[in-house]
Amino acid sequence: MIINRREAIRIAGALALGSAAGSPAFAQSGTPKRGGTLTVQLSGEQRVLNPAIRASTGVYIVTSKIMEPLVDLDASGVPAAVLATSWTSAPDGKTHTFKLREGVTWHDGKPFTSADVQYTAMEMWKKYLNYGTQLQQYLEAVETPDATTAVFKYSRPMPQNLLLRALCDLGYIAPRHVFEGTNILDNPANTAPIGTGPFKFVQYERGQFIIADRNPNYWRKDFPYLDRIVWRFIIDKAAAAAALETGQTQLSTYNALSLADLDRLKTDARFTVTSKGLEANAFNNTLEFNTRRKELSDVRVRQAIAQAIDVPFFIENFIYGQGKPATGPIPSVSTAFYTEAPPPYKLDVKKANALLDEAGYKRGAGGTRFTLKLVPIQNGEDVPLLATFIQQSLSQVGIKVDILNLDSAGALATVYRDWNFDLATGWHQYRGDPAVSTTVWYRSGSPKGAPWTNQYGWKNDAVDKMIDDAAAELDPVKRKALYAEWVKAVNADIPVWMMIERTFQTAISKKVQGALNMPRWGSGDWHDTWIES
Amino acid sequence: MTILSLALRRLAASLPTLVIILAGLFLLLQLAPGDTVDALMAQMGGGDPALAEELRRFYGLDISALAQLGRYLLRLVQFDLGQSAIYGKPVAQVIAERLPVTLLLMGSSLSLAFAAGTALGILAARQLDRWPDTLISTLGLIFYATPSFWFGLMGIVLFSITLGWLPSGGFEEVGAGLTGLDRALDIAWHLVLPTVTLALIFLATYLRIMRASMLEVMSLDFVRTARAKGLAETGVVVRHALRNAMLPMVTLIGLQAGTMLGGSVVVESVFALPGLGRLAYESVVQRDLNTLLGIVFVSALLVIVINFLVDLLYGQLDPRIGAGR
Repeated sequence: MIINRREAIRIAGALALGSAAGSPAFAQSGTPKRGGTLTVQLSGEQRVLNPAIRASTGVYIVTSKIMEPLVDLDASGVPAAVLATSWTSAPDGKTHTFKLREGVTWHDGKPFTSADVQYTAMEMWKKYLNYGTQLQQYLEAVETPDATTAVFKYSRPMPQNLLLRALCDLGYIAPRHVFEGTNILDNPANTAPIGTGPFKFVQYERGQFIIADRNPNYWRKDFPYLDRIVWRFIIDKAAAAAALETGQTQLSTYNALSLADLDRLKTDARFTVTSKGLEANAFNNTLEFNTRRKELSDVRVRQAIAQAIDVPFFIENFIYGQGKPATGPIPSVSTAFYTEAPPPYKLDVKKANALLDEAGYKRGAGGTRFTLKLVPIQNGEDVPLLATFIQQSLSQVGIKVDILNLDSAGALATVYRDWNFDLATGWHQYRGDPAVSTTVWYRSGSPKGAPWTNQYGWKNDAVDKMIDDAAAELDPVKRKALYAEWVKAVNADIPVWMMIERTFQTAISKKVQGALNMPRWGSGDWHDTWIES
Repeated sequence: MTILSLALRRLAASLPTLVIILAGLFLLLQLAPGDTVDALMAQMGGGDPALAEELRRFYGLDISALAQLGRYLLRLVQFDLGQSAIYGKPVAQVIAERLPVTLLLMGSSLSLAFAAGTALGILAARQLDRWPDTLISTLGLIFYATPSFWFGLMGIVLFSITLGWLPSGGFEEVGAGLTGLDRALDIAWHLVLPTVTLALIFLATYLRIMRASMLEVMSLDFVRTARAKGLAETGVVVRHALRNAMLPMVTLIGLQAGTMLGGSVVVESVFALPGLGRLAYESVVQRDLNTLLGIVFVSALLVIVINFLVDLLYGQLDPRIGAGR
């Protein structure tokens, strides 16, 4: 392990801070109180605030309070009724019938009916919603026998547990009467959302704030507790921490603060810093191999690289212990699909060197075997740190790494469209079910240019078959077994190495109650959230 | 009349420069990997290529770069800056919303730096090589060498977190519904820290220039003459030396007015102010060509106007310059 002086200082600092950190238990107490304003910090603006055409935590954190999905997760992480009250599936998995809630009205006063569901599913999810377009590609029609029944017809079997889990994120309903007959992408309601949710959109001042006020006609009687939610844009992470400390904001979530500030605020009695309430949004730090490159097409070289990097050391010293070595592409928080296993690769420099020798890449002049180009895909502050760590680690086994630093748009085009990389490192975001956005990292045949999919020229027919079978398997137990088998196969062949398993962190004032009480709370509706005076 | 014709002549002379800047920037941005749809994909965490194609059509990126440039210039001569990709509304409107904040921040910190720099520069020159001079020069140098984000953050730590005197950021109290004088005071209160932060950086330059300029002027013959005819020292400094020493300061303010538009990205980000600097930064990251070109266009116009005003001021300060016209 070669560490330069600056890193040594950083590590020493991190250790000193790390040892002081405790984790105070998060307590919820008292009787809920009506009234008050919750101010939330946001670190970036969204182009649209419509979750029916854009699936992103940046959209959910605002609009999931204004618009609602058919189903959402309950406290234990199981899909529960929201706009849909019950659901049944035909034995062949091709027909799913949803009963809809009665007496729900849109914020503009019009009633919510099955026509809204039909329109949103066919015109928005199927055409414009990222991940929705894939999920609903076999959706043929949504029939509406009456105003409170929506029947989803698929041309291929759709597992009910996949559909329900996916609909928590990809199942937001938009008002048909507002969008019908307009250019959906250009509709003003995309930035001034009209929904059925506990809060009504009031104002979006670009670059400054968004305001939503209590919906007095909300279908959950006597909810919500809060009078108003204000989202403030604070781009600078240090300034965001200052705003939280001065009480200008009460909540920064989805890692909106720097890792150092999150670590520091852990010991501050006024705040809770936790990954609770965001378990549904697990992600991995990845290392992607472009197997078009001769050296990397050899599985021994990929395995050698995975054994040359000390992942636990990185977690402890660079990201304040906020993560653990991943055991595969399915994170341990996804209990419905996760099968217990040890991390597939551990640090073993001797073995790595032996594997590289065996593959025929002897050390040349200066001890270098070959040179690789690494493109970091900027998702968080940890990505460039990990890129440097990979560079240093691989120099130990004779692989020289050149880092090509680009901003996120540039990195995405370079890696996934131009294939102009040997190694890439970024984040894999897991969305509740492996079939939503995880298996695409391994399935061959992904069209060129699709970001965060298999663009490494890697193809394994057995793996492709497992992915297709699991996506159409209706029995949940068999599905889980198929995914366990699939994880083993992709861990052995590693076209992409899921290095670290992580969850997002929230920093929240302890005055905010009724919070963090379900696994996607940051993207939840906050109807039962209240503020202690 | 002469001023008007001079202004028009200046504008006409600047037009080719403006077109070259815009076309150059447009082509330069074509070299950057990734377009606004890639940036959007990055923000929303992925999507399939068919959707990306649909979005490219929506943003007008499905035609060649030259055709896009032609389309842009054609719109520009009709005074249409196009649609902003990030904000989904006309660029002119987006900029109009941000411009007041930037102008307010820029104007107040430039005035503060200019006034304080002038006063401190004179003081330092009058107390040459004594302790006030050393103190002022050293402090000036420290301010100059310190990065502005650090100043800003330290200001927040001291005055917002520790002392609780000033807000840590934002342009005004959100949703307070203030109007009139109350609103103006609220905005002023929010702008104290950012203004001082930005001014401190520029202060050093002004005070160094003022000090040097004063020293030079004070050694000239006409100052000796003024003293010889029995004027008090204050009169000599204010009436005779100051006016002549101001010329380089006025040049500098013209130059800095241009850089301050770009220089406020950091301060705007730290203090969460909705200004042009941050808009430009976001436009680059999000590859929002129309907005970026719009900002460059407006900034260039602003620099042209300010330089024109500076030239007029030269004439006022030193009649010899105006006589040549």
